[in-house]
Amino acid sequence: MSTNQKLVMQAKGLVKRYGHVTALDGTDFELRAGEILAVIGDNGAGKSSLIKALSGATIPDEGEILLDGKLINFRSPIDARRAGIETVYQDLAVAAAMSISENLFLGRELRRLGFLGNWLRMLDKKKMLQESIARMQELKVGIRSMTQPVETLSGGQRQCVAVGRAAAFAQHVVIMDEPTAALGVKEGNMVLDLIRRVRDRGLPVVLISHNMPHVFEVADRIHVARLGKRAAVLNPKKISMSDTVAVMTGAMPADKIPAECLAH
Amino acid sequence: MNTTSTPAMLPPLTWKEKLPSIGTLGTLIALLLACLFFATQSDRFLTSENFSLVLQQVMVVGVIAIGQTLIILTAGIDLSCGMVMALGGIVMTKLAVELGLPAPLAILCGIGVTAAFGLVNGLLVTKIKLPPFIVTLGTLNIAFAITQLYSNAQTVTDLPPAMTWLGSTFRIGGTSVAYGVVLMLLMYLGMWFWLRETAAGRHVYAVGNNPEATRLTGIATERVLLGVYVLAGVFYGVAALLSVARTGVGDPNAGQTENLDAITAVVLGGTSLFGGRGVILGSLIGAVIVGVLRNGLTLMGTPSVYQVLITGILVILAVAIDQLSRKGGR
Repeated sequence: MSTNQKLVMQAKGLVKRYGHVTALDGTDFELRAGEILAVIGDNGAGKSSLIKALSGATIPDEGEILLDGKLINFRSPIDARRAGIETVYQDLAVAAAMSISENLFLGRELRRLGFLGNWLRMLDKKKMLQESIARMQELKVGIRSMTQPVETLSGGQRQCVAVGRAAAFAQHVVIMDEPTAALGVKEGNMVLDLIRRVRDRGLPVVLISHNMPHVFEVADRIHVARLGKRAAVLNPKKISMSDTVAVMTGAMPADKIPAECLAH
Repeated sequence: MNTTSTPAMLPPLTWKEKLPSIGTLGTLIALLLACLFFATQSDRFLTSENFSLVLQQVMVVGVIAIGQTLIILTAGIDLSCGMVMALGGIVMTKLAVELGLPAPLAILCGIGVTAAFGLVNGLLVTKIKLPPFIVTLGTLNIAFAITQLYSNAQTVTDLPPAMTWLGSTFRIGGTSVAYGVVLMLLMYLGMWFWLRETAAGRHVYAVGNNPEATRLTGIATERVLLGVYVLAGVFYGVAALLSVARTGVGDPNAGQTENLDAITAVVLGGTSLFGGRGVILGSLIGAVIVGVLRNGLTLMGTPSVYQVLITGILVILAVAIDQLSRKGGR
């Protein structure tokens, strides 16, 4: 990745305190166009607080967040969503008894035109179905029927639906919070493939993961959170997995990291 | 760039998934079996006059069951439905008879009171996050006490004709049909459409399925819940009017059998107590089953305590089927 690539999302000096606990201690963050940025860190390193601030789930006490160079102030996840940032959660956030197509359009349903839509507020199920098929095909998620309930799918397939929903509607950024944590090996790989396809379509992805092999398989850059700060941004093509863990735990201080291992 | 490009394959539909919800289908079969059984036991059972009577007996429970279905779809339950209905009936009849309010206004006030109870239930569930079971157990007793205090445990009589009009009948062919039954059927059709074809209706299912995921998609889940409880209150108010129209009096002891019968009807109708799945027309069939059982057993001369016994067994059976079928699904 070259340094002159456009910054899609940027955070400067974010601080978030919970009582006397400082979860974020002036952390910075940079996401570039068309990349998968992995965010890793030990428990309590501030990665979930960072992601919550970026996705609007919490409001930081200090610091600023920029989206496409413009200052933003999210008060809720809905604000972030309206700004084109979609988040995928680890716990398979879908309505199990409802169909795939209904899940894709949940909260942004399409209504029919004319009297049926305006007065009876009738949904245009056919159009939603067609668009669901088109959008899932774009992402090469093989679909036999969009009308089957999500609960008939395996965990990995459900997560593909959740990722597909985010990718289909995100204008700027997709944030994925441990999307493979609840999945087996094969299913996890299925979701990783899908994450790559999302990136290849031009959407930058923020991937939070504990799973080092997964991070090294898909990430273009690795943001290491440590003690509420950004310890380093690493280049997964140069650094080893064990050195990455050493940076994460503090065994390798930031100034001891070989220069070629840093991502620019 | 891609190392592998195997698409995430989704399994094809099996015949089971293509069937409509097994719950509703089972309810229909149960209704047919009950009808077949009673037809062999009593000559009077399979007459159009008797069927018209069953529907009239069912209309109060049927309309309460609409509200109850909405609440159960959100994974809640309303134990107060019958008592709130009784209060609504007392309020509308007393206002009309003692204060001389015009019947339409008195009726609206009665429905306003039941809707207010729905609002209280809804606020306690959404704002203070109390379990619906406990909240409505409390409002059940509160509504009952207010009803007794307000009415001095006296029945309200001499109602204006406009309040009992829904209990009167018209004839289609040789069968008499109560206006209230028509109103009930229209409300079922309306709610069936709303739940199935509108975004607001689908959000009721979504909240029952996975409230957190629904909230994260940007749906105001608290507003959905609150709306459901208020709407249920409105249906209890309409049920109060139907009850008044059917009996011709404001009865402070109304709603006591209807309270559990309505929950029975919903569960028999295949709506899951775990929320998020069910078809409202199933509740109508469930209510008719309860009515047919009571009617058929009465025609057979069975003591009414056996009707209670059988409804109790049926509820547990229906919940057990719901539980077992969910095990297969998840």
